[in-house]
Amino acid sequence: MLLTLQNIGRYFSMLFQVFSRPEKGNVYLKKVVYEMYHMGLNSLGIVTVISIFMGAVVAIQTGLQFENPFIPKYLIGYATRESLILEFSPTMIALILAGKVGSSIASEIGTMRVTEQIDALEIMGINSKAFIIQPKIIAAVLFFPFLVIISMFVGMLGGYLAGVLGGLLSHNEFMYGLNYWFEPFHILYALVKTIFFAFVISSISAYFGYFTEGGALDVGKSSTKAVVYSSIVILIINFTLTQLMLA
Amino acid sequence: MIEVKNINKSFDNKLVLNGVSFAFEAGKTNLIIGASGSGKTTLIKCMVGLYKPDKGTVNFDCRDFHELRAKEKRLLRQEIGMLFQGGALFDYMTVGENIMFPLTMFSHASEEEKTKRANFCLDRVSLPNAFNLYPSELSGGMMKRVAIARAIAMNPKYLFCDEPNSGLDPKTAVIIDNLIKEITQEYNITTVVNTHDMNSVMEIGDNIAFIHQGKLSWSGSKDCIMNSDNKELNDFVFASDLFRKLRSQGSI
Repeated sequence: MLLTLQNIGRYFSMLFQVFSRPEKGNVYLKKVVYEMYHMGLNSLGIVTVISIFMGAVVAIQTGLQFENPFIPKYLIGYATRESLILEFSPTMIALILAGKVGSSIASEIGTMRVTEQIDALEIMGINSKAFIIQPKIIAAVLFFPFLVIISMFVGMLGGYLAGVLGGLLSHNEFMYGLNYWFEPFHILYALVKTIFFAFVISSISAYFGYFTEGGALDVGKSSTKAVVYSSIVILIINFTLTQLMLA
Repeated sequence: MIEVKNINKSFDNKLVLNGVSFAFEAGKTNLIIGASGSGKTTLIKCMVGLYKPDKGTVNFDCRDFHELRAKEKRLLRQEIGMLFQGGALFDYMTVGENIMFPLTMFSHASEEEKTKRANFCLDRVSLPNAFNLYPSELSGGMMKRVAIARAIAMNPKYLFCDEPNSGLDPKTAVIIDNLIKEITQEYNITTVVNTHDMNSVMEIGDNIAFIHQGKLSWSGSKDCIMNSDNKELNDFVFASDLFRKLRSQGSI
């Protein structure tokens, strides 16, 4: 318990230093762009693949539930859209990114720690926490919402392909369902969640990486902890934000 | 000149440094020697500000490092160059970018000026064609030389080297030692080298502090290290078979 409280205290103290004024703005800006490419664009492939199959499975499973002839078929399109926007795209993709990006951040920073690169920054007089972590958090917060929006579109495409080409419903029924009772607020809700998730993934992973002690084995442990704790916090925040914004 | 006075440092109630005082002189290669676990690295980390000593002062030309305000500390740090055991080069940057990095962060030099300075530093460490290479493409010795080039890029007044020869073959180790000595004399830098390599001691040891179990046990130059009557120092120096043979043959 004491250790958990210590970790929480150290995490917030780290965040305080992460968001101090950068030594050189243009260097940080270049790093943000680099991180967007490195973390964001490099995750596009996995996000696309997962989303297309996720959308397809949601459409098929919804179709199987709606065997009653009194339930209109277009609801498959509606349910696919709602499931993807409200939960699957923001939360599932966040959990996937916690695994991919989170472990990458933790192991990258952990390796910098054990190879003394962080000490080198400190000795040069550079705020290493801000220099290493701040661009990653900014890049994640700016880019993850795009990944989630792409995931929503690709997921719906997957649902369309599985539903229409699989013979569950017609093109017109699916398109009608997609447009049926659309709540733009749900997109806002998904994006707000994504911003929180992006912050959690990047900052918690950076925390575990930054405070790695030891050698290569400990970098691996930090990476695992980063994924586990990020995932848990994502689920807690998901519940809290859903209560606050939808309940 | 760097002066440490009465430095104490402990970790988890274990005293690692116990009242260490020593003066590291400008224009000389000052060596901290001692067995593994004696507290050498802790001392050097206290000196560069990575650890805060529990007690004592570290004065850089009469500026007490740990009493300085954050901004003054940052400015002082720009006068410090450090060569780490593994080089600590940034993996995602090329050699040139690594050397230019401190200049990018702390100077208003143009890209052309920074490139010129980086090439000058690379020439100085005899690696004129390494500018566009990545650290992963370098050998251990080359990495150390690039790290030296980065450390001198800002014209430091103080240079710290943590075990500069570890993992190097004897020939490359001598090259690195001589490079450190030359740079120290050329730019009148206060150089502090942390080592347990006796070859380095005999090669470049102008001013030596021997640390034993966290205490300064002996100090002097390489000329008098062989004739000391300090038991711990003799155990350390003559642990090597080569040195024992030389002593028995009367060569030392």
